[in-house]
Amino acid sequence: MKPVAFEYCRPDTVDEAMELLAEFGGDANVISGGLSLGAMLNMRLVRPTALIDINRLHELADIKIDDATAMTGALVRQAAALKLPGVMSGVPLLAKVLPWVGHYQTRSRGTLGGSAAHADPSAEIPLTLVTLGGAVRLRSPGGSRDVPAQDFFHGLLTTDRRADELITDLIWPLRRDKTGYAFEEIAQRHGDFAIVAVAAEATVGNDGNIADLSFGLGGVEDRPLVADTASYIGKPATMATAEEIAATVAEAVDPMVDLQANADYRRQLVRVLGARVVSSAFADATHSREAA
Amino acid sequence: MLETETAERWIGARYPRKEDAALLTGNARFIDDLEPVAGIRHSAILRSDHAHACIVSIDTSKAAALPGVHGVVTGAAVADTIAPIPSAVRVPIKFYPIAIDKVRYVGEPVAVVVAEDRYIAEDAIELIDVVYEPLSATADPKIAMSENALLLHDDVGSNVVHHRTFRYGDPEAAFERADRVVKLDWRYPRYSSTPMETYGLIANFERQPDRYTLWSNFQGPFILHALMTGALGVPGNRLRLITAPHSGGSFGIKQAMFPYMVLLAACSRVLGCPVKWIEDRLEHLTGSSTAADRADSVEAAFAEDGELLGLKFDNVVNVGAFVRAPEPASVYRMHSASNGCYRVKNIAVENRLVVTNTTPIGLNRGYGGPQFYYALERVMEAGAKELGVDPAEIRRRNFIQPDEFPYKAPAGATYDSGDYEAGLNQAMELAAYDDLKAARENARSDGKLFGIGMAAGIEPSGSNMAYVTLAQTPEERAKAGGRSGGLGTATVSVDPSGSVTVKTVSTPAGQGHQTVAAQVVADALGLRPDQVDVITEVDTLTSAWSLASGNYANRFSSVVIGAVADAADKVAKKIKLIAAENLEVAPEDVELVGGNAQVVGVPEKALPVRRVAAQTHWHPAGLPDQMEPGLFETTIMNPEMLDAPDEQDRVASAVTFGYVFDLAAVEIDRKTGEIEIVKYVSVHDVGNVLNEIVVEGQIYGGFAHGLGGALLEELVYDAGANPQSGTFADYLCITAPEVPELTIGHFNTPSPHNTLGAKGMGDGSSMLAPIAIANAAADALGTFDIELPLTLNKNWAAANGLPYARAGSAKAKVGGGPREADNFEGGLTGDGSVELSAPPEEVWKLLLDPDTLAAVVPGCEELNQVGEDSFTAEVTIGVAGIKGVYSAEINLRDKIDAQSLRLVGKASGALGFGQGEGNVTLEAAGDSRTRLNYSYRANVGGKVAAVGQRMLGTVTKLLIGQFFRGFDRRLKSSGAGQTSRKGFFGRLFGGRDA
Amino acid sequence: MLRIKSDQKQRVTLTVNDKTVSGFAQPRLLLTDFLRHELGLYGTHVGCEHGVCGACTIIIDDVATRSCLRYAVQCDGMKLRTVEGLEDVDGTLNALQKAFNENGALQCGFCTAGILMSATKFLQENPKPNRDEVRDMLSGHICRCTGYEQIVRAILQASGQ
Repeated sequence: MKPVAFEYCRPDTVDEAMELLAEFGGDANVISGGLSLGAMLNMRLVRPTALIDINRLHELADIKIDDATAMTGALVRQAAALKLPGVMSGVPLLAKVLPWVGHYQTRSRGTLGGSAAHADPSAEIPLTLVTLGGAVRLRSPGGSRDVPAQDFFHGLLTTDRRADELITDLIWPLRRDKTGYAFEEIAQRHGDFAIVAVAAEATVGNDGNIADLSFGLGGVEDRPLVADTASYIGKPATMATAEEIAATVAEAVDPMVDLQANADYRRQLVRVLGARVVSSAFADATHSREAA
Repeated sequence: MLETETAERWIGARYPRKEDAALLTGNARFIDDLEPVAGIRHSAILRSDHAHACIVSIDTSKAAALPGVHGVVTGAAVADTIAPIPSAVRVPIKFYPIAIDKVRYVGEPVAVVVAEDRYIAEDAIELIDVVYEPLSATADPKIAMSENALLLHDDVGSNVVHHRTFRYGDPEAAFERADRVVKLDWRYPRYSSTPMETYGLIANFERQPDRYTLWSNFQGPFILHALMTGALGVPGNRLRLITAPHSGGSFGIKQAMFPYMVLLAACSRVLGCPVKWIEDRLEHLTGSSTAADRADSVEAAFAEDGELLGLKFDNVVNVGAFVRAPEPASVYRMHSASNGCYRVKNIAVENRLVVTNTTPIGLNRGYGGPQFYYALERVMEAGAKELGVDPAEIRRRNFIQPDEFPYKAPAGATYDSGDYEAGLNQAMELAAYDDLKAARENARSDGKLFGIGMAAGIEPSGSNMAYVTLAQTPEERAKAGGRSGGLGTATVSVDPSGSVTVKTVSTPAGQGHQTVAAQVVADALGLRPDQVDVITEVDTLTSAWSLASGNYANRFSSVVIGAVADAADKVAKKIKLIAAENLEVAPEDVELVGGNAQVVGVPEKALPVRRVAAQTHWHPAGLPDQMEPGLFETTIMNPEMLDAPDEQDRVASAVTFGYVFDLAAVEIDRKTGEIEIVKYVSVHDVGNVLNEIVVEGQIYGGFAHGLGGALLEELVYDAGANPQSGTFADYLCITAPEVPELTIGHFNTPSPHNTLGAKGMGDGSSMLAPIAIANAAADALGTFDIELPLTLNKNWAAANGLPYARAGSAKAKVGGGPREADNFEGGLTGDGSVELSAPPEEVWKLLLDPDTLAAVVPGCEELNQVGEDSFTAEVTIGVAGIKGVYSAEINLRDKIDAQSLRLVGKASGALGFGQGEGNVTLEAAGDSRTRLNYSYRANVGGKVAAVGQRMLGTVTKLLIGQFFRGFDRRLKSSGAGQTSRKGFFGRLFGGRDA
Repeated sequence: MLRIKSDQKQRVTLTVNDKTVSGFAQPRLLLTDFLRHELGLYGTHVGCEHGVCGACTIIIDDVATRSCLRYAVQCDGMKLRTVEGLEDVDGTLNALQKAFNENGALQCGFCTAGILMSATKFLQENPKPNRDEVRDMLSGHICRCTGYEQIVRAILQASGQ
């Protein structure tokens, strides 16, 4: 299990990385943590002409927090993000999710940007970004563009990134008032990619009704999804509503099938975990409203 | 308490292992750490990605021309160099370690590249061009047994390659007089203990005289040495096997590397250089060895009072594509103990071995035990349910009683000692069984799924090499000549400096042989274990080995340690004789204590043992009369009870019979299928404990293996016999968070068959945990119709009465009948329709237009029309950076103008292959529009199926989308066009429709 | 910017266990192969080469990580710790190694080096972990011999608990 021969390119600046991407296009792979890409390289599933190692682009390890968003550089390691108070308090859903990502020995090296670039449909970081309505910042020689997370993930391992683009940052909306967050997943083993992962961000008004709701699903279809819950805005933020939402969404999805689970079971997990997560997001929101 | 400094007696002490320091500091050497000979080159094996196919041609020229490549060896060259490897069953199958003209399972070697390094070797195997003619394939023994199944080995005339029936007592009468008969049908999954270190070896052929040396992590048994010399055509002393000082786990799996040893030996001979091969994990998961999967049934006859009157076992073993020695032993290892722990006398057994297009099976922890107990201990539980008796009680009523030992089992085993009820009682106590039952009632009244299950088993250890010959009829055995025994050997030597060295020829892979042997010898010689060095590796030219040597069937603590003790006693005796003469006392008055030979009761009258030892080397003339100089003793021990099978097919299959009783309580979440092991108790009788740390380690380790088999681990094949569990992300080994708390109980009935009173004990709960947990799950779910592993999806389905089969698996439902072998069934299927804004005639024309196809088939670089309705294409498909070049053939069949056609095609490339067919119909949809309906089914194999199974769905969708976008543009440019997302060409490149 | 052609052998210099060492590597040479076959540091083992089993875990620039998913050329100039550097300065087993020995936390020992390196880093970051935290950390390792229980005990013992 050894990779194909490739040229090794280690840019010192993002501009140099741009040059390399322009030169190799789709024939190069960008490596950050390499936790997924390394395995695919070793198995020769991926056969690049060149490997562009961005690990020394220190500018991509920056974190910027403004009034509305936290911007995490693509190279921020998952374990490092967990230790950043600003990110953890500003993006509570990410704080809940990160301990579920891989293992101690992979979070130490795996990056936030790498997880987004890899786009595994079960991965927690893309799900979180989609649920929160975040975005991915891409840079090409022509400049930067921000792609809403919902448009970024196209399918299993496929994204909106063009061959000449580099993910430079993930953009996370900061926590909002009266808003609660919850996450849960089921995997066959601890640390495995989830069979189904669900995340929710819910805002509950003073009247106890749903003011806003984002209900995200991972591992169900070939990309992380946000369910359409518009018709539930204004409904009471109760367990019964949560169950109804989850049941409706479970019927609407078109789940994938793999060795771990068939479509019916994935639907069932959407129902069960969905109800739990949406209702606990309600509870968290209510708690946050009362605390405020 | 650890005992490292002083102990009255080292055996039985909690003495930390001698092996550990080297392993903990990176100083231990494994096979891939050795460079025993200069000029080693590195190999990679091209393996079949087809489950069953004729090899039409192999072109190695491009691979051979790659710089850095030393040579390429194919099956033809191997067949010119060696003979087929002999088998334990007499069937006309030529078993070579590499495919000659046919491949019979995915992972079967097809060619070997030898190069400067492994990287280049892997580059080169991609350049070998093999043309296959695929054949129908199956991984399911029930399908392979069916009448119209394609034969794997034509000369055998059947896929059932071994069939024997056995009767002990009068089973028919027992079933006749039974009050209740309980029957279970089931499948047992295929899994493997997957040692963390894979196979590894270095093969070197030298001339003048012709001889082979093989360094490896092979575990034995060395009876396989005879098979290897048979294949290589050399006398025994011209095949030198040397094992690495350390082996990274085996659990039986490293027994089955011997065909690879033969293969690489042949390559070394053909290419004239030493060749190293280190198996990688992907190879290991498809090409090494596994435990047997089974499609069995069992019937038990009970009297109303719970007495077990008779048993009928119908065993169908999926042996894989070849009967690799020592198979069919997996179904015979437990055979002579077919009564388990019970007094039942009437037993019928029918054994069938079936070849399928899967990896050959072999030794795996518990060898045959989990499958056997899955029958016996579930049917006991089912009997208890049927009779309304507590499952503990029904076992009590049938256990062999303590005063019946040694117990002669109906099929020939002699159980040495035991107290099965005592073990059960201890487990009941540790589990607080009554409280557990109360908890079950409470849980059930809350609507929860809570179950309790148990399993009792004996653990045969120290195998009789002759039990394998049960595969032959008594007449065949008589003709072949007698077979019996299970020799254990050990050497204890003291060099002129007084250093003590023990050689055990026991090839451990983590079982602590060095420590335990040192404890035994330290006791005998009055030393500390750290003063005794133990060499466990083997060199067949210099070690005292025999057919049974090696590490399997728990033979170390049942047999080998007896040989160690015996050799140490001989050395001790000699030291005492010499010391007695020097000290002028009788030998009986000398004891060996604290490094001295001293007079009993007069410790100041003493000689250092090392001085006595030195005398045997430096001053032989000064030794007592008639005494041989030097201080070396080798014991070759044959446990006397290991006789040949008799005419009634009874054989004493093993030396010691340990005992395990396991109890599990589980709760299954009806909504999610999550299973929680609320309680797990395991009680063991291992005879006298030799080292508590080692024994405990084996118990915890065996439990984890059993747990894996119960909950997670399965090597899944699809209906086309394509393996689906190709990586450690697909084959799910148990990890720390899944292991529940284990409560261990011990009691000892010392074995009279072993001087130390010890019994073998390495299998333990690896045999029983799958059954105890299955019984608990069955109790929770209210049905015995369950199948391991108890994955979340399956648990949820069973809890809710839904169809019950592993997602993605090709296996028939539990209890389902045989099905037609079908290349496509269980593969990828899908259908859909598209509305196009052009009339059917126009769509038809465009569909059949080669230029259009060339333009719209995704990644099509070249499309040639090779017949009226036949095309070939070169296609590059790159999805998610996974890019491959594929050669495709497309044939159009059953064309009805502007109405329908059938497409049959196949494609292959470096990442795998696909074959499939699609049906397309066109309907006028009014207003110059056409509805195009399609359906397809396809079979995808090769690397992408084994390791990228999850990707296929997305790839299909993307390709179909690309195709129709292209078709759309084409239609538009010819004046019309409306498309949807789905199409049919994607099936050529594989895809599971979501 | 550094560029190394696919067939070019580049000198790679590392600090391993406080010693500066170097060897040659083509871009695709795995760090595991470089450590083992170029530097002769055989204590780091290879169990799967796809980042799942954890046997190859070492500490690179103060981070416990899979070495089979790294290429040697990526690590030029970095500081590595491997199992060969764990012993106390006097050449005796350190507290973690001793705890493994005393608890029977290894059998074949093939996965052990990786677990020791993970646990070493883990205990620096979390000196008094509870049982579940240890089990969670161990989920990134596969051990087929021990059933994990004794490993958990050993790590807890090494943490002074």
